[in-house]
Amino acid sequence: MKRRQFLKNTLPAGVVLPGIINGYSIKAFGADSPFVQALMLPTTLTDHVLVLVQLNGGNDGLNMVVPIEYYSAYNNARTNIAIPQNKALAIPGTNKIALHPSMTGLQEMFKNGKAAVIQSVGYPSPSFSHFRATDIWMSASDSAQVVNSGWTGRYLNYEYPNFPNGYPNATMKDPLAIQIGSVTSLALQGPAVSMGMSISNPSNFYNLINGVQDAAPNTPAGKELSYIRLVSQQTQQYSAVVKDAAARVTAQVTYPTGNSLADQLKIVARLIKGGLSTRVYMVSFGGFDTHAVQANSNDTTTGTHAVLLQRVSDAIKAFQDDLKYLNVEDRVVGMTFSEFGRRIKSNASGGTDHGAAAPMFVFGKPVISGVVGATPIIPTASTVNDNIPFQYDFRSVYATLLENWLCVKREDLQNIMLKNFQTLPLVNAGACLTVNPNQSGNNLISNYPNPFTQKTTITFVTAGGHTLIQVIDALGRVLTNLIDKDYAAGSYTVTFNSGALPSGVYYARLQNLSTQQVRTMLKVR
Amino acid sequence: MDRRNFFSAYKKPTLKKQRFVPTDPVARTQTGLTPYAGKWTENEVIHLLKRTMFGSRKADIDYFKTRTMAQAVNELLNPVAALPLPPVKEYDTTGALTQPDTNIAAGTTWVSDPNNDGTIQSRRRASFKKWWMGNMINQDRSIREKMTLFWHNHFSTETNDVRNALFVYRHHAMLRANALGNFKSLVRAITIDPAMLVYLNGQLNTANAPDENYGRELQELFCCGKGAASLYTEGDVKEAAKVLTGWRNNATTVTSYFDSNRHSTVNKQFSAFYNNTIITGKTGATAGDVELDALLTMIFNAPEVAKYICRRLYLWFVYYDIDATVETNVIEPLAVILNANNFEVKPVLNALLKSEHFYDVLNQGCQIKSPVDLVVGMCREFNVAFQPDTDYITNYGFYNYLVTVVNNMQQNIGDPPDVSGWKAYYQAPQFYEVWINSDTLPKRNQFTDLMCVSGFTFSGKKIIIDGAEFVKSLSAPGDPNTLINDLVNLMFRLPLSDASKLQLKKDILLSGQANDNYWTGAWQQFITNPASMANTLTVKNRVRDLLKYLMNLAEYQLA
Repeated sequence: MKRRQFLKNTLPAGVVLPGIINGYSIKAFGADSPFVQALMLPTTLTDHVLVLVQLNGGNDGLNMVVPIEYYSAYNNARTNIAIPQNKALAIPGTNKIALHPSMTGLQEMFKNGKAAVIQSVGYPSPSFSHFRATDIWMSASDSAQVVNSGWTGRYLNYEYPNFPNGYPNATMKDPLAIQIGSVTSLALQGPAVSMGMSISNPSNFYNLINGVQDAAPNTPAGKELSYIRLVSQQTQQYSAVVKDAAARVTAQVTYPTGNSLADQLKIVARLIKGGLSTRVYMVSFGGFDTHAVQANSNDTTTGTHAVLLQRVSDAIKAFQDDLKYLNVEDRVVGMTFSEFGRRIKSNASGGTDHGAAAPMFVFGKPVISGVVGATPIIPTASTVNDNIPFQYDFRSVYATLLENWLCVKREDLQNIMLKNFQTLPLVNAGACLTVNPNQSGNNLISNYPNPFTQKTTITFVTAGGHTLIQVIDALGRVLTNLIDKDYAAGSYTVTFNSGALPSGVYYARLQNLSTQQVRTMLKVR
Repeated sequence: MDRRNFFSAYKKPTLKKQRFVPTDPVARTQTGLTPYAGKWTENEVIHLLKRTMFGSRKADIDYFKTRTMAQAVNELLNPVAALPLPPVKEYDTTGALTQPDTNIAAGTTWVSDPNNDGTIQSRRRASFKKWWMGNMINQDRSIREKMTLFWHNHFSTETNDVRNALFVYRHHAMLRANALGNFKSLVRAITIDPAMLVYLNGQLNTANAPDENYGRELQELFCCGKGAASLYTEGDVKEAAKVLTGWRNNATTVTSYFDSNRHSTVNKQFSAFYNNTIITGKTGATAGDVELDALLTMIFNAPEVAKYICRRLYLWFVYYDIDATVETNVIEPLAVILNANNFEVKPVLNALLKSEHFYDVLNQGCQIKSPVDLVVGMCREFNVAFQPDTDYITNYGFYNYLVTVVNNMQQNIGDPPDVSGWKAYYQAPQFYEVWINSDTLPKRNQFTDLMCVSGFTFSGKKIIIDGAEFVKSLSAPGDPNTLINDLVNLMFRLPLSDASKLQLKKDILLSGQANDNYWTGAWQQFITNPASMANTLTVKNRVRDLLKYLMNLAEYQLA
């Protein structure tokens, strides 16, 4: 089936899934039971899915991907936590780096050609604040720039420009993005609305996935609370499609237990196989802020960080095995990231402080397996302030995945990334067919020409009443209110003269009472 | 009265899509009107405020915490603020007009300027609604606005039927001015109120062709109700209609008057429910007043009247489940108080709001917020900033938006569905649950989302929740645990589990970190160096997301 047809037959927004995953109970039915027959999948639809694995806290990249090439300098810099050279796990095809001994699962994936590592990913003038650095990674902004939308949010706004007006609909009935966590992250924030669900009531999904919810007391207040929750579950825009998708998958491989990342990825695999055409999934796993005792002093291959990395590795390996088992391996690429790496030199309390660039993993059957980039050079006598400089801008990784995996046209990349970034050899570009944005839903605002050089005409549809058209820059600043008055229902136009504004991305935002929609406009010279 | 009889006497409920039936019987209370002598803490203050005002503002909570419970109720029941100034001309007067709106200047009130042009009438009715919304948002620290809405629901009228905006305004101003007055006097005023004479056809009620509309609702909806003990007859409806013949309106003076030529002068014979009273037919200019007084004296002598209005107040301020115990322990004693005070409403509210029953934990948190409670309460609780009075045009634009919002959530102020008022206050067995359905709940969430994130812009100005500014007023916003606790205590009437709070802290305030200091540090920097844009945004976005999340929980819909 062609992708365009596929989009026609399928469906949109980020669903928030619960942060506490306790596993879930799916009743076991025999394969020949009428129930299971009814759940048999239609022909699996192919479409590309991107899974973002956030490692919260700032992961110590040097102990995850050990720089064997500069081992003695590495060992000198962090004697109290350094991984013994002979314990680190070899990566096929290279003797310059090796994996943390606990990452046997990931090593296996390298052997199977399903994992790649990109060395020293970061950005100029790195921030050492968790919050700020996280926002930079989520928004894909420059260090000194504050951008109030997320990179995947902008991507989804490009792909589904009318969202959320007229969604869900016949051609996109699923969430655009699903984040497993209690709140949609900045990454999924579009220029105006979250491309996650506009109604983010995660409690709906507590019952759906794992049955965890604060109990309602046996009082009149509890009675009314239960009533509202019931309506909430029943009216939650996407609960039915998500629930149905989850219910269609009755067998998966065994995932490690006591591993919240594995729990989350298990749900992701299930929803992918269950038929959702959701493009982006986001999961997160915390605890990487290892300022003290990140490794046991008697055996540095064990301890806090070793446990964290093992869970990451085991979870991703199980996920990959499951994708294969479920026969959707060709559709999925994943990526790990953390807001920063850690300092080269360890501190006296057996930990590492906030650092800069760090390696990222990209995984999945479609990836070009191997190592991208040179081993970071470790100074022979590291001092406390030494950091790994960045070799690749993290936005190059995003841009590459957008273009070569999510099939965004090269000429449109700037709309999403706000700048141009290099392409890296991460995924076979042949995996992509050309895509056009999904124009389902109600298109309430558009402009022509686009891109424009000086002036562009904005056409908007109002349902009547007070109507606002404002132009916002990529940083979220309102530049002008072009329209701010009452209108009778209908379609109107207004001209935006960009004057002396620099070239780049601008948004035209329509507000008509509680309705809003944003149009991305590109000014070029 | 047996509860089942009571409810079955109501109209048969319309079919409901999803009826929630709790698996365990819900605990109900045995308490009555004994004065409450328990603790007077933030929890009780919030309960009192959420029920008697629109939302519980932090400033009001702090204020009443320093009073006793009795002092707090006394203050709420005795407003000191002047009545609001009337609505002003803020609408545009363009269009094909039969009578251009040129008598009054922009920014001055239109309520004394008769104008029969349909377009002008329509804009003034809209202006009235905006103004009313503004009054609720800017309410004084008293029960007056909530009682005004109560009476509007009780003596339900629709502006679209009344049409004459001056009638609409006068009617409404009368409700507000008498919101804490005498029930019997209010019924008398309502009976010959120009808007009501239009709405229930009283102005068409003549001796030759009596119109029974008002005579019926006077008994069925305004005074006696439809309970099992409300045994007025069809004959009583017809006779009451005759008593009320002859009242007409003067659109120029915006008053009603009695036209004795239209009055039925026959004797009016009532049923055993009214002790077989005969109201002697009168003639002449005073006949209308004399017979009306006799009618109301007769009706108000029926014991059911006091009980009925007390049940209506109970439904408005406490809960909808009036079981046999509540009837005995609360409704009947309140009715005794109302009768003993010659139908003054204040003593009834005083007894109810100071009672053990009112503060009973089983009666806390069990109201589903009406749309007005949700929208106005949210604006007030989060100190949403409007423009100075001088920029009335922008403020009326904001109020208009909020009127539209509550309308979309099925509470069109000024235009309830019909003369029965909103279903939430009479439709058994759902009652308040009527407000929440598959259409309105998403709209509630979308509204709070919008107000947290982008706000509503009109005329270049914006109303929005400034979450970071709001939480500055809390006890220790730099401590993520205290911050979440304070917000949960202020916003919810039910506790959130420690596990849920921990998750919120980690996922939202700490962005996945384990160490509270990251939030504390960011907050301190926000306070000391707000010009640091990146950090300020870090703090603002996380508070925004936290508020948005909390408002999306079912708990937020309860008051």
